[in-house]
Amino acid sequence: MEPPSEMVHWFFGTGVLMLGLLMLAEVIVGREVWAQRHWRIYLWPGLAFGLGVLMWPVMTFFTNSAIHMVAHGAWAQALMAMGGAELGLAKGKLKSRWWKLATPVGIGVSGAAFLIHEQNGWYFARSAFLHHLVGWTLIGASVVALTLVFRPRSLAMQTAFALAVIALSVMLFSDRDLAPVFGHLSPLAGAPHR
Amino acid sequence: MNTHILRELPVERARTRIRVRVVSMLAPLTVTAGIVWAFVQPYRLTLLHPYGQGFWWLAIEPPLLVCFAGVVFGYFVARPLIADLEGQDDGTA
Repeated sequence: MEPPSEMVHWFFGTGVLMLGLLMLAEVIVGREVWAQRHWRIYLWPGLAFGLGVLMWPVMTFFTNSAIHMVAHGAWAQALMAMGGAELGLAKGKLKSRWWKLATPVGIGVSGAAFLIHEQNGWYFARSAFLHHLVGWTLIGASVVALTLVFRPRSLAMQTAFALAVIALSVMLFSDRDLAPVFGHLSPLAGAPHR
Repeated sequence: MNTHILRELPVERARTRIRVRVVSMLAPLTVTAGIVWAFVQPYRLTLLHPYGQGFWWLAIEPPLLVCFAGVVFGYFVARPLIADLEGQDDGTA
């Protein structure tokens, strides 16, 4: 009764799309208006934390090798640490701005995990291509998030970060278990399905 | 009288209105993206050919998930956000 793993990517794509929309809306209206309703400041950190929690069952039920399991476990921890730190900052329980470093570190760890655990080349199959693309996008997003630690009011960086998250959701929605990418599919990957 | 403040108020109101317009476009744009995707790749919508499909293929259809995210965002986030922005705009009027 388990869904195919591509559907898990689409599930997470929906969550990440929501995350990106929340971030973009916050950038557009500004921090002051965003914080007018108290529940709103917990939205995206809470969603990030929730996605981290949901990554654990993915690690348990959808990984078929040790390296996959370690990578998914690393994402679960990174997302939970990032979401938890942002929740603590939003609540005011965490005071030091250095807690903001949890976001670039978490995203950087996730990007590295994507790149390390994908053992095939870019054009092996679509999933391999997307793993490389997502990995490098996350590494880029972690640099943007790191810049935001030191320049938190930079509108350009905030926008770039939100758009990177939305781009990430598009990549997750594009994932298929076995499909060609730009006409390339290694014969070692198997026969593509619908 | 401080004429500097008088000049800034219309500018701030114009900015707020632009923000309202952009925020109110996010959800419809997301839903539109889902609908366009459904037209471009109709085979990603299992509802169009449901016979012989299992539960997950019928329940999880990516273009519908995108539309769903847009609707949830529009109803639960964008609507109160626009109300707050408009409230702020009234405050500066």
